[in-house]
Amino acid sequence: MKKLLMGNEAIAYGALEAGVQVVTGYPGTPSSEIFTTLAGMAGERGFHAEWSVNEKVALEVAAGAAYAGARAMVTMKQVGLNVAADPLMTLAYIGVKGGLVLVVADDPGPHSSQNEQDTRKFAQFAKLPVLDPSTPQEAKDMTRAAFDISESLGLPVIIRPTTRTCHVCQDVEVDEKQMERPKPGGFQKDPGWVIFPSLAIKRHRWLNQQQDEMQKIFENSPFNKIHPGSRRSGIVTTGVAYNYVLEVIEQMQLDIPVLKIGTSYPLPVHSTLQFLDGIDRVLVIEEQEPVLEDQLIKMIWQHRRPLVLRGKYNRLVPREGELDVDKVKRAVAAFFEIDLPCKEEKKLPPLPVRPPVLCAGCPHRASFYAFKQAARGTDAVFTGDIGCYTLGNMAPLNAVDTCLCMGASITLGTGLQLVEPERRVVAFLGDSTFFHTGIPGLINAVHNGARLTVVVLDNRTTAMTGHQSHPGLTRNATGQRVEPLEIARLAEACGAGLVQVVDPLAYDEAVQAAREALEFQGVSVLVMRRECIALVKGQNPSRRIDREKCLDCGVCLEELGCPALFKGEEGPVIGTACTGCDLCKQICPAEAIVEGGEVQ
Amino acid sequence: MRLDIVITGVGGQGNVLASRILARAAMDYGLSVRTSEAIGMAQREGVVMSQVRMGSGSFGALIPNGQADILLGFELAETVRGLPKLKQGGVVVVNTETIFPVSVSLGLSQYDPDQLISYLQEQADGLKPVHATALARQAGTPKATNMVMLGALAGLNVLPFAAAHLKQVAMELIPTRLREINLKAFELGQQAVGGA
Ligand code: SF4
Ligand code: SF4
Repeated sequence: MKKLLMGNEAIAYGALEAGVQVVTGYPGTPSSEIFTTLAGMAGERGFHAEWSVNEKVALEVAAGAAYAGARAMVTMKQVGLNVAADPLMTLAYIGVKGGLVLVVADDPGPHSSQNEQDTRKFAQFAKLPVLDPSTPQEAKDMTRAAFDISESLGLPVIIRPTTRTCHVCQDVEVDEKQMERPKPGGFQKDPGWVIFPSLAIKRHRWLNQQQDEMQKIFENSPFNKIHPGSRRSGIVTTGVAYNYVLEVIEQMQLDIPVLKIGTSYPLPVHSTLQFLDGIDRVLVIEEQEPVLEDQLIKMIWQHRRPLVLRGKYNRLVPREGELDVDKVKRAVAAFFEIDLPCKEEKKLPPLPVRPPVLCAGCPHRASFYAFKQAARGTDAVFTGDIGCYTLGNMAPLNAVDTCLCMGASITLGTGLQLVEPERRVVAFLGDSTFFHTGIPGLINAVHNGARLTVVVLDNRTTAMTGHQSHPGLTRNATGQRVEPLEIARLAEACGAGLVQVVDPLAYDEAVQAAREALEFQGVSVLVMRRECIALVKGQNPSRRIDREKCLDCGVCLEELGCPALFKGEEGPVIGTACTGCDLCKQICPAEAIVEGGEVQ
Repeated sequence: MRLDIVITGVGGQGNVLASRILARAAMDYGLSVRTSEAIGMAQREGVVMSQVRMGSGSFGALIPNGQADILLGFELAETVRGLPKLKQGGVVVVNTETIFPVSVSLGLSQYDPDQLISYLQEQADGLKPVHATALARQAGTPKATNMVMLGALAGLNVLPFAAAHLKQVAMELIPTRLREINLKAFELGQQAVGGA
């Protein structure tokens, strides 16, 4: 049956078809919908699905299940793999019994990530096979196949979709049936599960031998295809770039051979050499790092092929950002020495800049604003973290001075404070981030006698990635009721000297609590707790501005950056996006912002 | 047959739903489809562009510059920003509504609606201006802007399937309690271009 599926949903169907028994993950764009789709089916289909507190935990839980013989899958985004790197590198030595598939979504562009790292490099580093899907359909087929490959090699397999596979919809052929899997055999005790140095030496040799096994499996993989052509110049490509290549050769009417590689590490030697037999010049087109290109260069040298190879090292193919048809076309035209008609670019009139901003009524805006008020006149540093609240760095709030990776607000702040002990440091992080990697940083700050304020922006969800659960909530990923963990009590248990909980939208109290936290001489934790506006939208009517009272001072407009407020002919206007949070009402010196009415 | 459609707008305007409705409608006609949508950080009041490709030979989901047959602009400035995607002689349906970003209120950038409208009139021969948000309000909620826009597109008879079919698919994908308002919005959009 054909279904319209997003790449991420297609991957979920692939796992389902393969009879997956345990699914874990940590949310991160562009990967999140893989897990969400599976979690929605877990109850009815009878498999386990959990949002883990971070990617390392997710991988370890899945590995445990695979040790006991189950088919397990882990989902995360590229930077999440850094967090899971520690178990991954050794898991490659230990191996698995049940199929273990890691789906790590890359974000070239990047659209919503802090870097553009290429997971295929990581796979090479860990010496694990990686599959590189070009479409949702292929992502589904690869996921299904990956479990078999994992079991036959006894190794985890990585699938690396990129944004334009994850968030692309296609008509996908699906098999609604779930493969009948035997009950896992269970964990068998064996010294092979315990990584002593002596075992590591042995397994490292084994892992290196497995590289040849991987290559053999990939020699006949259906994910590697040749498009015949009559010229003696050709293209080797992989992943989403393959689509762009096809479209370009159709547009330019080129009769050239194309080798499409779906198994981007390790590159199968024989079938690739066979393709290269027919050509003298080859252009390598892939997104992000030259992973195929490097392997091809090595192969050509080792096999003494007199080939001309072009790609990223000649700067024909960009190494940063996403590829698209237009970029690929330029590369192909340069390689084949075809003149492109130069179209004159239409000059657009001046357009407003429109960066993403915190939503109208977002409680984080109130938290940042309260701290800006409380710290006014000091040179306090606001360290930030990963989540919607990173957007607090935008004007006019300008309340995020650093952002590095998950959990680094507290630890970076601690480091800053070592050098400038007199300077106040406020570390902002979200509730999900607190559980992810915030806690070790907090413990470290307390233990080492730091003086800083940690602000947990507790909006009762993991908002940026689409509202996933975390341990502070009463429901888990599959909707079961669970006992929520209190962030404030955890902070106390970690040894924070002053811990308070406040509603950021109660403006005066929030500023007061912020002041106390800033004055505290040790580690203070302020939990600013209020639901994400997307969860409770529509509960309050819009506010409006009473023209009679308004002084047109512009405070509401210029201080908050609420997207519902804009400049009108006779002073500020509140638009329909207003959620009635009353933050602006509480700072208006003229009490001009009133309830009721939709005025625009 | 191949038809490439670009939908531009601002995060939160419902263009993901609009692109899914178009894709589902095309699938029912046995056309292969690809869509590409902005999900995640880009959505929060930022610029969003969705792409829908239907028909044969739709390889990747990204439409090359200057190749879209139709540009469906949910917001005025974003329509102008999306114009380089459109092919010569392509159809542009523009919602004349403006959404001023915070950067404009803060005086950090400018937004001149009159200038943008006249630019569109000069550049796009097949321009169809629609007061989509106003019509959506008339139907019951400004949130139904995307439905007005789809209705207008259906009314132009440029799709490879009937307007009634698009309407039916849209209603199937909308929660029951919102159907009536959205149906009205769709029909107002159709009428706005003289299509029903
Ligand atoms: S009440 Fe004020 S600050 Fe809150 S959403 Fe409405 S306009 Fe924005
Ligand atoms: S803060 Fe109050 S008085 Fe000042 S412009 Fe806004 S509504 Fe008017």
